[in-house]
Amino acid sequence: MFSTTDDPGPNFAELLRRMGLEPPVPPTSVASSLSITHGTTCVAVRFADGVVMAGDRRATSGNLISHRAIEKIFAADQYSGVAIAGAAGPAMDMVKLFQLQLEHYEKVEASALSLEGKANQLSSMVRNNLPAAMQGLAVVPLFAGYDLARATGRLFQYDVTGGRYEETSFAATGSGGMHASTVIKLGYHETMTREQTLDLAIHALFTAADDDSATGGPDLVRGIYPTMATITAAGFDRVGEPEVAQRFGALIDDLADREVSRAARVPETASGGEGAAL
Amino acid sequence: MSMPFYVAPEQVMKDRADYARKGIARGRSLAAVVYDEGILICAENPSSTLRKVSEIYDRIAFAGVGKYNEFDQLRIAGVRAADLKGYAYSREDVDARSLANQYATILGQIFTHEMKPMEVEILVAEVGRTRAGDQLFHILYDGTVMDEDGTTVLGGEAEAIRTRLQESWTDQLDLAGAMHAAVSALAGPDRTLTAAEIEAAVLERTDLRRAFRRIEEPERAALLA
Repeated sequence: MFSTTDDPGPNFAELLRRMGLEPPVPPTSVASSLSITHGTTCVAVRFADGVVMAGDRRATSGNLISHRAIEKIFAADQYSGVAIAGAAGPAMDMVKLFQLQLEHYEKVEASALSLEGKANQLSSMVRNNLPAAMQGLAVVPLFAGYDLARATGRLFQYDVTGGRYEETSFAATGSGGMHASTVIKLGYHETMTREQTLDLAIHALFTAADDDSATGGPDLVRGIYPTMATITAAGFDRVGEPEVAQRFGALIDDLADREVSRAARVPETASGGEGAAL
Repeated sequence: MSMPFYVAPEQVMKDRADYARKGIARGRSLAAVVYDEGILICAENPSSTLRKVSEIYDRIAFAGVGKYNEFDQLRIAGVRAADLKGYAYSREDVDARSLANQYATILGQIFTHEMKPMEVEILVAEVGRTRAGDQLFHILYDGTVMDEDGTTVLGGEAEAIRTRLQESWTDQLDLAGAMHAAVSALAGPDRTLTAAEIEAAVLERTDLRRAFRRIEEPERAALLA
């Protein structure tokens, strides 16, 4: 038990500091000497009933694919979710700590934090990671949730310094985030249904995987598909693997149809062609 | 120079125990009973915001009687200990027995070394996957731990309430039956308690991660009807 002046209150991260359990910051840059595992593309899109979150499953260490099936979308609590990009180790730890912090607060204070409060809490965790980010262990999350007080879905983007930016319609993070957000920007409109939003997020991830080597596409051989979840008034709900697989299948069929309709391509290195001079 | 009076250790301990017991007897009592699908904890509590029963961890609940600020301090210490242990090791490694032992150490330490003992009795309950895994640890102001089976009663009139409860309780009762048994035992033969004067929570034998659920007033009224 702590004395009243020394009490960490409902703050679990502060409690860890008091107990000396905080992870140490590397004294020099680790990215140049070690190969760090990184997670990549995640998106969050708002729709009429709440928010859709989606993330690919690939983790890379430099040019190597280190994991094919890691998860980057997590339920933070019943009404919010967090998606991670950046150094996988510290990112997973941040999610674990964030989930615990929300539950710890709820138990100690006997009431849950507001959505705004949760977003700010994550902001301070990202900011506390800044010294580690300077050494190559950056973590850049997305946070989305259903605001019970305002009866609407909300989403927040972060930068490496802990800057917190609320977005009105969509957000993306990670190495393939740029490609993904372009797709969403073009396809987004207000009043989208759950189904339309899922399909748009799937298209965004597919495009990111098509153009960014660190983002994984659907793995049809092993049956590994991106993680998707919806957060609505009913809470955080993972979209079942069969539904994600079926939606990806529909997108792939659609894209393949368009390819076939073009004239058959001639290999550019085929002999006799004008461009074949080597 | 004045010499301190000699007081026999037996006398010191007896005085402290009397003091703590008197403090606890001033508050209202609390009963926990096992029912067919979990553990029900029921307390006489006119306040709907200052809680006696609360969640500690996934399958563990805490309840206290006596001085509110003292058992609330213990509750928070328990949440911290459980969350720290779950963070450092795994969620499966957090159990009621070790938590009860930590509480016993704190209460025993305070009882022997501090001026004033804590005027509290607490309960640490854990719901198992099966009935056999259910655990109820009743801890007294001096750190005495009692491992109880099926039912336990905390507070000043515990003896009388326990006798009444034993007459109506079996572990085959459903939630409404358990609620009736607990509330009528708390009330006694001469008065009745309404849903508004009761605080109730359950640890449900579920596959969900968090087993703790408060029973709010409309549901309490329906169960007691």
